Amino acid sequence: MEPYWIALALSLKVAGLATLLNLVCAVAVAFALARAQFRGRSVIEALLMLPMVMPPTVLGYYLLVLLGRHSWIGSWLEQSFGINLIFTWQGAVVAAFVVAFPLVLKPARAAFEDVDPQFEQAARVLGLSQSAIFFRVTLPLAWRGVLAGLLLGFARALGEFGATLMIAGSIPGKTQTLSIAVYEAVQAGKDSEATVLVVITSVVCVSVLLIASFLTRKGHQR
Amino acid sequence: MLLKSFKSAIFAVVLSSASQGAYASEITVSAASSLSDAFKDIAASFQKKHPETKILFNHAASGVLLQQLAKGAPVDVVAFADLETMDSAQSQNLVNASDRKIFATNSLVVIAPKNSTAALSNLEDLANAPFKRIAIGNPDSVPAGRYAKIALQAVSIWEKIAPKMIQTQNVRQSLDYVARSEVDAGIVYATDAAVLKEKVRVALDLTGVKAVAIMYPIAVTATSRRAAESKAFMDFVVSEDGQVILNRFGFKKP
Repeated sequence: MEPYWIALALSLKVAGLATLLNLVCAVAVAFALARAQFRGRSVIEALLMLPMVMPPTVLGYYLLVLLGRHSWIGSWLEQSFGINLIFTWQGAVVAAFVVAFPLVLKPARAAFEDVDPQFEQAARVLGLSQSAIFFRVTLPLAWRGVLAGLLLGFARALGEFGATLMIAGSIPGKTQTLSIAVYEAVQAGKDSEATVLVVITSVVCVSVLLIASFLTRKGHQR
Repeated sequence: MLLKSFKSAIFAVVLSSASQGAYASEITVSAASSLSDAFKDIAASFQKKHPETKILFNHAASGVLLQQLAKGAPVDVVAFADLETMDSAQSQNLVNASDRKIFATNSLVVIAPKNSTAALSNLEDLANAPFKRIAIGNPDSVPAGRYAKIALQAVSIWEKIAPKMIQTQNVRQSLDYVARSEVDAGIVYATDAAVLKEKVRVALDLTGVKAVAIMYPIAVTATSRRAAESKAFMDFVVSEDGQVILNRFGFKKP
């Protein structure tokens, strides 16, 4: 039984950390895009949405070339911090973060745009600082859209396969997430092992959906 | 207007797929990853003699090809990198014993990135510090990984280097990781190392390791609907013409 739970724990860890990163990065970018007016905004937006439409293999290749040992970023990370992302679970987090990014960005941005600017202006008149306005006015008003995006991103991160396999590989106990473990089991003809993994994955996915509907229903009552 | 152009687009697609019928028959060949380059040339040469038959390739690790076949993939010819996989196919009645032949042999090598300086005088040295990551095919589905495991077990360092191992999906992925210097060493076939000579170097030749005898079997599948054409392709691979091409890529005669 042991290896199944290790794969599950790894999947949850990777997807959870990727979602946490998105909570900071994607939500911040979503807010900036919703508020700021500047030239080339639509181009930047299109670039940020790319991971959603690009094949995972293309994304995996970009990450491999960008973060690999020979790359500018990869060698800088290795020399200054001793960090190597290829074949590590941290690399899997990066892959999951990138693929989930647009899924968090889109609903969060729409939610921020739906917030009536008059509330923010009122808060500003009342003397609240910029960050206080964001955390006490804008975010509470937009939180449902942000949460929906984060849950969607978490589910996507949990199911991430192609790019992860390319940059993090498939090391049992280290980088072999649930979806990769299923793939390996089927490749090797271990159907009973695959069945257990598939059932675990399904239970996790259904749980995520149930939690999502529970949280949004609670939001409705408020 | 839009509908009209949509209709004509569909028509064009149907037409173009119909034009593929210029070949009287198509056969699908599932071949081990290590055979991809050699089989491309073999198919080109075969098609000169049999212009009516079109060869379609499906390359993956042998274990993966076996699973596809077992799950009902419409494959006409299988060529694996080990006898074990073929034996397993035969025991599941996916191929007939009388339809299989051994057509090539290969040898195993340890490769390192071209610019790396880590020295390797014997297989045990892989346990040393300069080798932090070693790419090996997943022994459950990749024959090269299985051969590597046998060789490493023979010198009792399989367990020792397990934490450093990066298991790959097929032998060519191991080759690619070494070529990109993402790993410090990899165990592949001599024929694979020759494909990327400018990026990898052979650090150790394992030809002498007795436990590892690498043989490539080929067979027409029991479910093939194009048995005659498939047999013709198999015979071509085994023939002198096929052997000359295989030899050019470094494969040896059985």
